Amino acid sequence: MTDTEFTGDEAAIETETLPLDAWHRAKGGRMVEFAGYWMPIQYEGIMAEHLWVRENAGLFDVSHMGQLALSGDDVAAALEALVPGDISALKPGRMRYSLLLGEDGGILDDLMITNEGDQYGIVVNGAVKWEDIGHLRENLPDDITLNHNEDYGLLALQGPKAVDALVRLVPEAADLVFMQATRATWAGHAIALSRSGYTGEDGFEISLPNEALTAFADALCAMDEVKPIGLGARDSLRLEAGLPLYGHDLTPAIDPAEADLGFAISKRRRAEENFPGAARILGHLEDGPPQKRVGLLVDGKLPVREGAKLFDGEDEIGVVTSGGFAPSVGAPIAMGYVPTGLSTPGTAVAAEVRGKRVPCTVAAMPFVPHNYVRKTGG
Amino acid sequence: MPRYFTEEHEWIDVDGDIATVGITDFAQGQLGDIVFVEVPDTGAELSKGGDAAVVESVKAASDVYAPVDGTVTEGNGQLEEDPALVNSDPEGEGWFFRMTLGDKSQLDGLMDAAAYKVFCDTL
Repeated sequence: MTDTEFTGDEAAIETETLPLDAWHRAKGGRMVEFAGYWMPIQYEGIMAEHLWVRENAGLFDVSHMGQLALSGDDVAAALEALVPGDISALKPGRMRYSLLLGEDGGILDDLMITNEGDQYGIVVNGAVKWEDIGHLRENLPDDITLNHNEDYGLLALQGPKAVDALVRLVPEAADLVFMQATRATWAGHAIALSRSGYTGEDGFEISLPNEALTAFADALCAMDEVKPIGLGARDSLRLEAGLPLYGHDLTPAIDPAEADLGFAISKRRRAEENFPGAARILGHLEDGPPQKRVGLLVDGKLPVREGAKLFDGEDEIGVVTSGGFAPSVGAPIAMGYVPTGLSTPGTAVAAEVRGKRVPCTVAAMPFVPHNYVRKTGG
Repeated sequence: MPRYFTEEHEWIDVDGDIATVGITDFAQGQLGDIVFVEVPDTGAELSKGGDAAVVESVKAASDVYAPVDGTVTEGNGQLEEDPALVNSDPEGEGWFFRMTLGDKSQLDGLMDAAAYKVFCDTL
């Protein structure tokens, strides 16, 4: 038997270990190469871990992601030359999802930008962090300082019970709502936390010094609500939440209108038309892009995976960019690109898997409702 | 009834001229939660090392190869309804297919249980 995923794309470069490597192995994590690092794909099993996060709280090590900080004068204005969000309007303690865009409007990465008061924190995807850093250094004014914080790891605590668990260690967690961030102290360590994540559930992302990671992870996993969760469930959870995965659902060939991420292009920026690829992107938003990212509900049990061609009758119309079995849906689901004329929910298409045509229906996303906390005291 | 094992983590029970084929407990453990199994049609001609079946876990699709040459006499229809049988009883109820033995000499190159255990311990 041969595995067809999660194997050796980056095998040419020596795989690095993350600060929690020994911790993952001690917890029974099965380690695979991902984004240049050894990371746990699963502990007890993807299905059980996925369902645990939807009901309880799961701890994810996402220390492979790049934690950057920009400081200097007019950082927001400088950043706006590279991303389409209204960064100037982002208040201290607030974060925003945005996109690093190439000259032609293609997506170089998707990222989170936080106004930390004295600097802007940016969290970028692990697989492209070095390219992102190069792009930022090359395109930002010289008087802006870019710091890549490799002394800090990043953990995500996700699920409806995440807040109950985290407030026992960091009381400030209770004061945040979705997409808010703050700094705090834990056991004498300076940490930062935000109410955000990649599962569709309520939850937090916590940045803390490498030397504090093991003790913090142990403190959380000692609680009844919390179990460690691997990359496998992280992928199935984000797929059900309708969240795109960079390098798969988003690439430099795809612009934000095609990716159905128009919400990331702020009103003021649309009016000013001054972000990379504005003509292409605004044209696509106005007239409809040639293709669009959609959700697909798969008829039957056969999983439809990345790379499967999509058909409308005999015509090849698009491709699946993510797909697999969705534990909370109880069926296979997928995400892919189809012509905008076929992107309306309810449209019937077919995916080709091993020569067979599998009926699929275009579906609104998320597949599982988001469970974000937008008001405190709830 | 002798049981043989392959380096591709399949087991083969031989009963006269008919072999029953499945994947090992080690294999199902590596794959994780099985969500779909595609078994070959009755009458399909298999050749040693060629594609015979596909097993899909949550994370990936994996090929199952024919351990020997032969003709499929039966696929395990139960796996269509309950693919998790491969996780719960991989070397019993979770069998994949039965086939004729086209060339019994091909069994000579396979491992017995003890040799397979040693093989897995080296992985």
